[in-house]
Amino acid sequence: MNAVEVNHISKRFLKEKSNVDALKDISFDVKRGELFGLIGPDGAGKTTLFRILTTLMLANSGNASVDGLDVVNDFKEIRKRVGYMPGKFSLYQDLSVQENLSFFATLFNTTIEQNYHLIKDIYIQIERFKDRKAGALSGGMKQKLALSCALIHKPSVLFLDEPTTGVDAVSRKEFWELLRQLQQQEITIVVSTPYMDEAGLCDRVALIQEGRILQIDTPKGIEQKFEQPLWQMASDNMYQLMIDLRGFDEVKSCYPFGQHHHVVFKAGTDVAAIERKLLERNHHQLEARLIAPNIEDCFMELMTTTAHESH
Amino acid sequence: MKAIEVNNLTKRFANFTAVDHITFDVAEGEIFGFLGANGAGKTTAMRMLCGLSLPTSGEAMVAGLDLNTHAEKIKRRIGYMSQKFSLYEDLTVRENIRFYGGIYGLTNAEIKSRTAEVLANLNITNEANVLVKSLPLGWRQKLSFSVAILHQPKIVFLDEPTGGVDPITRREFWTMIYEAASKGTTIFVTTHYMDEAEYCHRVSIMVDGRIEALGTPKELKANFNAEGMSDVFLKLARKAKRGDD
Repeated sequence: MNAVEVNHISKRFLKEKSNVDALKDISFDVKRGELFGLIGPDGAGKTTLFRILTTLMLANSGNASVDGLDVVNDFKEIRKRVGYMPGKFSLYQDLSVQENLSFFATLFNTTIEQNYHLIKDIYIQIERFKDRKAGALSGGMKQKLALSCALIHKPSVLFLDEPTTGVDAVSRKEFWELLRQLQQQEITIVVSTPYMDEAGLCDRVALIQEGRILQIDTPKGIEQKFEQPLWQMASDNMYQLMIDLRGFDEVKSCYPFGQHHHVVFKAGTDVAAIERKLLERNHHQLEARLIAPNIEDCFMELMTTTAHESH
Repeated sequence: MKAIEVNNLTKRFANFTAVDHITFDVAEGEIFGFLGANGAGKTTAMRMLCGLSLPTSGEAMVAGLDLNTHAEKIKRRIGYMSQKFSLYEDLTVRENIRFYGGIYGLTNAEIKSRTAEVLANLNITNEANVLVKSLPLGWRQKLSFSVAILHQPKIVFLDEPTGGVDPITRREFWTMIYEAASKGTTIFVTTHYMDEAEYCHRVSIMVDGRIEALGTPKELKANFNAEGMSDVFLKLARKAKRGDD
């Protein structure tokens, strides 16, 4: 039995007197014990999907199960078994750190002591502020408290909606290490993020954009499906290089990637000839080499191809 | 003349020193990346430079004006945009442009011509009378940047401008930043995306209220013997002693 099963889920909202399709026929499974990532920008439908799976919202069509239980018929039982950390901080601001934690433990008929081992690594970092009101915590500490509260009843499936948004690179790295440790405790984790570089830290990911799943696979599997040769290019004038490359008919796409540009040429392009043209245009220290694509390359490629199909 | 000159700028809250004697300058037309871990003091420093909070000690010149004596005037010469707050969702695209144009004292004629420019540049002329909340996030962020530089400020402060936007829009956004900088606008930007740090001309990294590193991405990578800016950042930010509290 899968930890999560989603079959043809669609959700439509009425917004500004017109219908918005937040989720369009979404299907996927999450295996027991898996760390599964939903990767996509704001507005992709990640939160809507989480709200349906945590029984807080009804889909218009399709069905889904969590821990083998139907999200509509068995919603009461599901609520006992899942942990949910919403993207927006949703604890009681006027209760202290410890009061929030014991409140959630009590709601689920357990105690902090009983499951302390689950939250110990996280809670230890905020324990010295246990008497501080949750509303007065910094962003990073709120996040740790919210995770502790979502875990205190030892959920079988943990849903984390954008836990690392707005968090700096160091804390993000620590947070993912924490998730890996939780996975050892036999908790299935479904996590969403807009940061493409976090995809590689998941067992499998679904790339999601505008209510549609673009692809589901292991991070490696997704990268292997990028079939065109990808070139990494640089020169002493990166902005001009981008403008020049985009001006060539032979260039299919050119996107800046930090200190390089990633370029896909149309089939049959003589890249050496392109390099000569660039040198003629006064680019110095020109570099061009074939590289393996990353998840962000794949995401952008999928975004442009599916946009053509749907319009 | 420098766009920004900061000399021993310090901000204390009771016995907590949020910003601790920072000194740096930013050239006109430069894209300056202002990085640091959560809680390092970036927001406090940025609020001072925008004239929203007075320093405890130290000086700064922003757009040619002294921060300690001309904070109000500074506000007129700068633009500001953040991910969290930018446009009024219940106003249309056109109304937002008009509103900000009015706030910054543009004439009706200027507002009219710049509205047309912005709509044409972003290719959203057909959406001029649509409420901002019904625009896709990516469009909103680009519009928001256009509005922040509507009054042609000398400096624009961008606080995590690309958080949560899709990867293609994020790159289009940076193209807009490059264009503005090439026309002489100084860009002061914070981000959590380390690839974006590579797009800056120079980058500073704050740790525990101080600037621990400052230089071009190339220099920083060489100094810290790092592959990319992400490694530089991790090496420095790990040293932070004060938690994010």
